[in-house]
Amino acid sequence: MRDFEYEAPASIAEAVRMLAGQNGAARPLAGGTDLIDQIRVGRHQPEVVVDLKKIPELNVLELSSAGLRLGAAVPAFEIYGHEGVAQAYAALVDSARIIGGIQIQSRASIGGNLCNSGPAADSTPSLIALGAVAVIVGPAGKREVAVEEFCTGPGKNVLKPGEFLLELKFPPRPPHSGSSYQRFIPRNEMDIAVVGVGASVVLDERGIKFVSARIGLGAVGPTPYFAAEASQLLAGQPVNEAMIEKAAAATRAIAKPIDDMRGTKEFRMHVTGVLARRVLEQAIARARQ
Amino acid sequence: MSTVEHGKAVEGPNGNGKPYKVIGTRPIRHDGVDKVTGRAKYGADVRLTGSLAGVVLRSPHAHANIRSIDVSAALALPGVRGVVIHKDLCDPGNRMLELGEGAVNLRHLSNNVLAADKVLYRGHAVAAVAADTVHIAEQAAELIKVDYEVLPAVVDVEAAMLPTAPLLHVDLLTDELGQTATKPSNIAKHFRFESGDIEKGFSAAKLVIEREFRTATVHQGYIEPQNATAHWNADGHITVWTSTQGSFTVRQQVAELVGVPVSRVKVIPMEIGGGFGGKIRVYLEPVAAILSKRTGKPVKVLMNRSEVFEGTGPTPGSYILVKLGVDAGGKIIAAQAYMAYEAGGYPGSPIGAGAMCIFACYEIPNGRIDGYDVVVNKPQTSAYRAPGATNAAFAMETVVDEICDQLKIDPLEFRLNNAAREGTRRVDGPVFPRVGMIESVEAIKNSEHWQTPLTGKNQGRGVASGFWFNCGLKSAASATVNADGTVSLVEGSTDIGGSRTGIAMQLAEALGIAAEDVMPTVGDTDSVGYTDVTGGSRVTFATGYAAYEAARDIQRQLVERAARIWEVDPKQVAYEQGSIVGPGGKKFTFKELAALVNKTGEPIIGRGAVDPEGCGGAFATHVVDVEVDPDTGKVQVLRYTASQDVGTAIHPSYVEGQIQGGVVQGIGWGLNEEYFYDAAGTMKNATFLDYRMPTCYDLPLIDPILVEVPNPGHPYGVRGVGEVPIVPPPAALANAIAHAVGVRMKQLPMSPPRVLREILAKKK
Amino acid sequence: MAKKRVVSTTINGRQVEFLCEPRQTLLEVLRDTLELTGTKEGCSNGNCGACTVLMNGRPVVSCLVLAVETEGAALETIEGVAPVEGLDLIQQAFLENAALQCGICTPGFIMSTKALLAENPDPSEHDVRFYLSGNLCRCTGYDKIVRAVLDSARKKKLAAAAK
Repeated sequence: MRDFEYEAPASIAEAVRMLAGQNGAARPLAGGTDLIDQIRVGRHQPEVVVDLKKIPELNVLELSSAGLRLGAAVPAFEIYGHEGVAQAYAALVDSARIIGGIQIQSRASIGGNLCNSGPAADSTPSLIALGAVAVIVGPAGKREVAVEEFCTGPGKNVLKPGEFLLELKFPPRPPHSGSSYQRFIPRNEMDIAVVGVGASVVLDERGIKFVSARIGLGAVGPTPYFAAEASQLLAGQPVNEAMIEKAAAATRAIAKPIDDMRGTKEFRMHVTGVLARRVLEQAIARARQ
Repeated sequence: MSTVEHGKAVEGPNGNGKPYKVIGTRPIRHDGVDKVTGRAKYGADVRLTGSLAGVVLRSPHAHANIRSIDVSAALALPGVRGVVIHKDLCDPGNRMLELGEGAVNLRHLSNNVLAADKVLYRGHAVAAVAADTVHIAEQAAELIKVDYEVLPAVVDVEAAMLPTAPLLHVDLLTDELGQTATKPSNIAKHFRFESGDIEKGFSAAKLVIEREFRTATVHQGYIEPQNATAHWNADGHITVWTSTQGSFTVRQQVAELVGVPVSRVKVIPMEIGGGFGGKIRVYLEPVAAILSKRTGKPVKVLMNRSEVFEGTGPTPGSYILVKLGVDAGGKIIAAQAYMAYEAGGYPGSPIGAGAMCIFACYEIPNGRIDGYDVVVNKPQTSAYRAPGATNAAFAMETVVDEICDQLKIDPLEFRLNNAAREGTRRVDGPVFPRVGMIESVEAIKNSEHWQTPLTGKNQGRGVASGFWFNCGLKSAASATVNADGTVSLVEGSTDIGGSRTGIAMQLAEALGIAAEDVMPTVGDTDSVGYTDVTGGSRVTFATGYAAYEAARDIQRQLVERAARIWEVDPKQVAYEQGSIVGPGGKKFTFKELAALVNKTGEPIIGRGAVDPEGCGGAFATHVVDVEVDPDTGKVQVLRYTASQDVGTAIHPSYVEGQIQGGVVQGIGWGLNEEYFYDAAGTMKNATFLDYRMPTCYDLPLIDPILVEVPNPGHPYGVRGVGEVPIVPPPAALANAIAHAVGVRMKQLPMSPPRVLREILAKKK
Repeated sequence: MAKKRVVSTTINGRQVEFLCEPRQTLLEVLRDTLELTGTKEGCSNGNCGACTVLMNGRPVVSCLVLAVETEGAALETIEGVAPVEGLDLIQQAFLENAALQCGICTPGFIMSTKALLAENPDPSEHDVRFYLSGNLCRCTGYDKIVRAVLDSARKKKLAAAAK
């Protein structure tokens, strides 16, 4: 492995200073499950690795009436271990449970999954569906970016040199809401998503009409997508198979997949529709519970 | 009268239903505690004072000429102690060397270890560096400048056979049915096996089905990467510590490639983390040796996972055409196969074995098999569990199933009706002795699994059979009687799956002592007699046989010793059930006499050295239930039962384990495993993330049925069991998928995109 | 080259200080510096689980942990599993159930099993298979491993009841 320095700042200000001082040659480290392998194979060649896990603000996991605050370094297992979060933000928990194996989940964070900005990241479609906002901190202070705007290309995102992700903020969950994430993989675990779809729905009191919906999509383009049209067309509509099919078709329409060793283009197109239907059905079932 | 028990049974069954005391029981393996506490030493665990780390530089191109290699910048890096390239090896000449599970051309082997003037696949080793740390060695390897002339690559067997294909070797002239061709091509060899008259056979058939099949390159997938540590001593003696399936074959390969006599090389086999055929040929051992010679220090070289995928032998991708003709009753009349296997960069695919296996489960009155060995720009293939047979069975057993479906014949009845049996002549000539094909089918027929109907939607059941030869080869063992009534056994078979216990149990059985009273050790090449590889399903058979012979030798000596002590004629003494019995009720237990051995004369050391014939082939029949997701093409294995003629199961747990492990490798091969190449010949999935071997979450329990048809060629009836379990699974899965969703898969792996494509095409 | 750091940890209950470069993984330091070679290297990118150790009670793949990150951490490796005399019940169950062939994946499976049973003392076959899916075995087909883990849970319950 290439040589690098290691720093572990205890405060945000210190971390900003260290990252900004390196002119882009520093990489932030949270769980390390992507970064360490990427350094090993030479995809990143940082001069300094800045371990952010000692900063208290990055370890916040707080559920309140204002919603959910998820520090960027909170490991996946803490999320599904938190009963309230598991109840309210089911799609997030669906994702957290299937990122790598148990060993990976001991270290990997949702924030890291987002910042790694892989098109097939398992949590990003859930974050999009749940309306999460990325809180970014840097030399110029804090700023917020909707998760669907965060990734700009494979491995690329809106973070500028010196900036890092502080936390993810999720709006509170209204009553009669439900969410779900599913991915397609050839095995039953330990694979990268060939297609991943997250959905969140809010139903009316009787559970027969969509109040609103959000669908996020992964592994079918250079970045994860927010399926805006598919989401909007459900608002105010009755919950039935035809509507779900319509939304699934609209979700499929924005997929722009490629052929690679994980799946063919035609396969990904088809499965996008299948999963969109399945996650909507599961989100609806959860909303009705 | 002096009697030495010969294979015959000792009274005193212990509830295992056999006339044995030890055989058929399930003792804790002798190396078990070391392996569950982390104390067992594998190749990568070797620590030598002052040793250096070696790193291999590999070709980024699938096909290129090497114009020059400049190592000066690497040598200039502080901490670098030496760099080697091909010319630092010795030219072993254009000769063949038998490795035990396939032969190798030594010049090709040498070029595969470090490329001379041409790289033939991405990952082909080009140079190696030794440095103070592995990090420095890695950095130095990047500083080596190789000037490549990149050539077009061909990574597919059918494309490689075209006359327009890029040529890997300009001097490769096809051996065309024994004649040497005049123009070079990528086809190293074309051979034919023939019996009867297939034209006549096919014209008499009621139903003829002809299908084409394609299978992808797959890897053995052992969890422990290749490793080697070598020290070239100042006195010219070389010691090699490595994880290998055969310490003696490593000794010979290293000696040939570095140009010293075999006696100058001592190979110390470390514990080995899986092999499945992939750890027989050498990769790193000669490199570590010449790096050590260059630097004067021990050098340790380890592969990482991507190097294992890109640089070590996978098993071939293949193209197979099968044509089968049957009469109205479903009796096979004629069978024909055209089989082309990828050899990798140099000739030597397991096409011969594949061709001999393809029809071996059946009586074939009229048959013809054409086999082609074809070079492609992929890593040199090496053995993988029943090499060549799985590809062949996928094709044949799928066609058999289609015939059964069309004629509405029960697939097990079809097999019973056509099964190879004692006296059946294979298309390639040999006649079977007593074999267990019929028994393996009957065991499935009688199984609870087969008799429980499937009811779920999109579920299907498939069966398939398979054959593998097994082999005997040479083994040696020696055993010393200890004063406390135990025996120390030294044998030469590196232990991949608990074999030292299976061997020790045979010695214990013969002496009438407990398995725990035998202390087995796997010896190095200076401390045990010549022993062939751990492969060919031969170890429990042949090395067990050697241990049995060593026990008989001990029996003879104990009889003589007792006679000496009792002052009677040895002819009046016999060895019976773990005791030495003389006239007038004189008797020593083994323990009693063992305690007297060193007080009454010379030590007692038994020796066994064998080269047994009669290993006996192995047959297996499997049944699998699957559920297919019709929306995604994903196949879930619901239930799996594998029956196999195992001869006598020495340690049933480890026999079951061989079957379960082989089945799961076959499931991986069938469903998801493949080398995925881009147009330039780069493997895109050289990690365990994207080379998808099954995890435990993908599988059900695997139920083995051990059918015990004792092998007459072994004193305890042992038959090799390790390889045949991998043969039927892909075909069984394909047949199950066909019955679940009505699509016939003819390409491996049967990955979700492929299955879905067939499902959607059928709907149209 | 980056300066070596002094890292203070507890490994298998013992205070251990070691020197390492920032680029060295925990796996490399365990094996090469501390000679705890029971932790195995199978893939170096977190996909096989052979290098699983417990870090502050959680299973991690030590190939994806920098050694410097373990400052102040409590680590447990396969070498620390057995009691002073005899074996842990998990190790015993692996032997009795013949849950290993080559044995290279065994330390990782035992560490993951230890973590599983600490979290869930009464797992179903499904729980076991899900939890252990990050550990690859190529020899056994997993059948006997799954049985050994279920047997470990039974043995632990019996032992607890006997106390």
